[in-house]
Amino acid sequence: MATPFVHVENVAKRWNGQLGVENVSLSIPRGSFVALLGPSGCGKSTTLRLLSGLELPDEGRISIDGRDVTTAAPSDRNLSMVFQSYALFPHLNVAENVVFGLKVRRVAAAERREKLKRALEITGLLGYENRKPGELSGGQRQRVALARAIVANQPLCLMDEPLSNLDAKLRASVRKDIKKLQVDLGITVVYVTHDQTEAMSMADMVVLMKDGHIQQIGAPEDLYYRPANTFVAEFVGSPPMALIEGAALPGFEGVPLIGLRAENVHVAAPGQGRLRCQVSECEFLGSETFIGLTHPSATGLTVSMPGLKTIPAGQSLDIGFADEHLHFFDASGQRAETRPPRPAE
Amino acid sequence: MAHHVNIERRRQAVYGWLLLSPAVILLTTFAFYPSLATLWSSLFSRGTRRRPSEFVGTENYTDLFADPTFWKVVTNNLIYAGATIPISIAIALGMALWANSKIPARGFVRTAYFTPTVLPMIAAANLWLFFYTPGLGVLDQIGSLFGLPSVNWLGQPETALWAVIVVTIWKEAGFFMIFYLAALQTIPEDLKEAADIEGASRWTYTRRIVLPLLMPTTLFIMVNALINSVKLIDHLFILTKGGPNDASKLILYYIWEMAFAFFDAPHAAAMTILVLVVLGVVAGIKFTILDKRTHYQ
Repeated sequence: MATPFVHVENVAKRWNGQLGVENVSLSIPRGSFVALLGPSGCGKSTTLRLLSGLELPDEGRISIDGRDVTTAAPSDRNLSMVFQSYALFPHLNVAENVVFGLKVRRVAAAERREKLKRALEITGLLGYENRKPGELSGGQRQRVALARAIVANQPLCLMDEPLSNLDAKLRASVRKDIKKLQVDLGITVVYVTHDQTEAMSMADMVVLMKDGHIQQIGAPEDLYYRPANTFVAEFVGSPPMALIEGAALPGFEGVPLIGLRAENVHVAAPGQGRLRCQVSECEFLGSETFIGLTHPSATGLTVSMPGLKTIPAGQSLDIGFADEHLHFFDASGQRAETRPPRPAE
Repeated sequence: MAHHVNIERRRQAVYGWLLLSPAVILLTTFAFYPSLATLWSSLFSRGTRRRPSEFVGTENYTDLFADPTFWKVVTNNLIYAGATIPISIAIALGMALWANSKIPARGFVRTAYFTPTVLPMIAAANLWLFFYTPGLGVLDQIGSLFGLPSVNWLGQPETALWAVIVVTIWKEAGFFMIFYLAALQTIPEDLKEAADIEGASRWTYTRRIVLPLLMPTTLFIMVNALINSVKLIDHLFILTKGGPNDASKLILYYIWEMAFAFFDAPHAAAMTILVLVVLGVVAGIKFTILDKRTHYQ
């Protein structure tokens, strides 16, 4: 990998002694789409704000495009930002909102018009130039915020949960638009979200955070197929990975925790399975039904069955799975690459 | 069916009038009726024992227009309004922007600015009387430190009106600041952040974003300041009594004098009507013209 476009080194930020983020190190290649993912309060927005310069780190260094910007002002970092609330100026119309930054930077009027037209074209907002943000729908406002970021023509764009105020249907279509935009414009995007579907579907690289610390950095498939620890395992995937105590599985007594994805579980004939569980609920999703299971030494066990299934809660169900689909974790919850040796007999 | 709809509509109408009635009764008794009564009495002459009051039409008004004191008082009031309105608004805005930023002892600063508003005008006037008193007053004491001669701020025609203006601004600015402060807090923080990312300076942000978003508040404050410039005369009773030589006399004070010192109610009524008309016209202009250019959230 060439020198990273954005480089974050051991950054920490605290508020009155309370932890914001700590030990955050990140290398982002040019032109990539990076998602900062995690539950609320995990420090992903703080990390983004540290990148933007709206907050300054207590420790560590940040460089963008080879330039140290640790203490630089937001406007000196050559980046644009899309806010969760869109942060549109309510008294300015769409056109004025979009070209606000160009005006501040004293771009000539003719060039401004041209760039505005292009940005509105890309976002499909032509014809809305004279509307105020209050007269637009949520999706349109979101596109104005995108247009404002596009028109700045910066190599790095930061997005802070830009889709969280949209309804589910719109979210899916805007997700595609944003991804296409990023590829077409060749910009680097750092994208904060708590929605793993967004992160997994859009990003080249996902940074999963918890309690101010990075848990795992990797491609979406890495997080899914090779979770670094039990937190990642239980966060990524829908339904998340089930964790089973090794002691409950014959032959795996030496493994503290075993992870298992729902798609690798199948229902076995009574008496033929490896675990006997109780059905706790059925979740019908159309093409399949997720059947939630309980077992005294496992959490999050789910089995997927095709079509509509209604199994009364409390009924026993035997499940089976293959050894090669198991993930192993040590006592501290970290991933163990190989299956630990069997305890001496 | 139509019968039901009619009953329902009538019920709604009665309900509406019931809700309106307290305001209607109070406003009619204490605002509309007195205004009309004032207009009516301004059209009659002053009654004496020998010559009872009679209808004189606009004679009271023409009398006023011929009265040099009236014009003096009108000029004074224009200067008074022209100085107190913009200056107190500018100071209020400046203080609010400052008290809204992240400064140490922010609560103390806000309280300190608001204190003059809490004081009754009479108390404030007494305070300033102490400042202005020649020889003993604080202003003279400070002046004498630098070898400046004693000035009778309230006692000479050149300075009396301005001394009164200063007291009004001091009293009003803190009050208006509270409105600006409240309005500033409704501006989301991320607008500032978005402007920061775009590289807007603090001044650009204030001018292009904050001031336009404060326009509804400014409009409200302007109307209030205008009304105050006519109605706020308590301090005149303590400080100057309109003197010397009418130099600091304002319209409302003159109306009071006319009605209760000279017992010339018809002329006072005529003046009152004139003030009402002028205030109504100005407020109308503000709300129609400025309203179009104001963004309401």
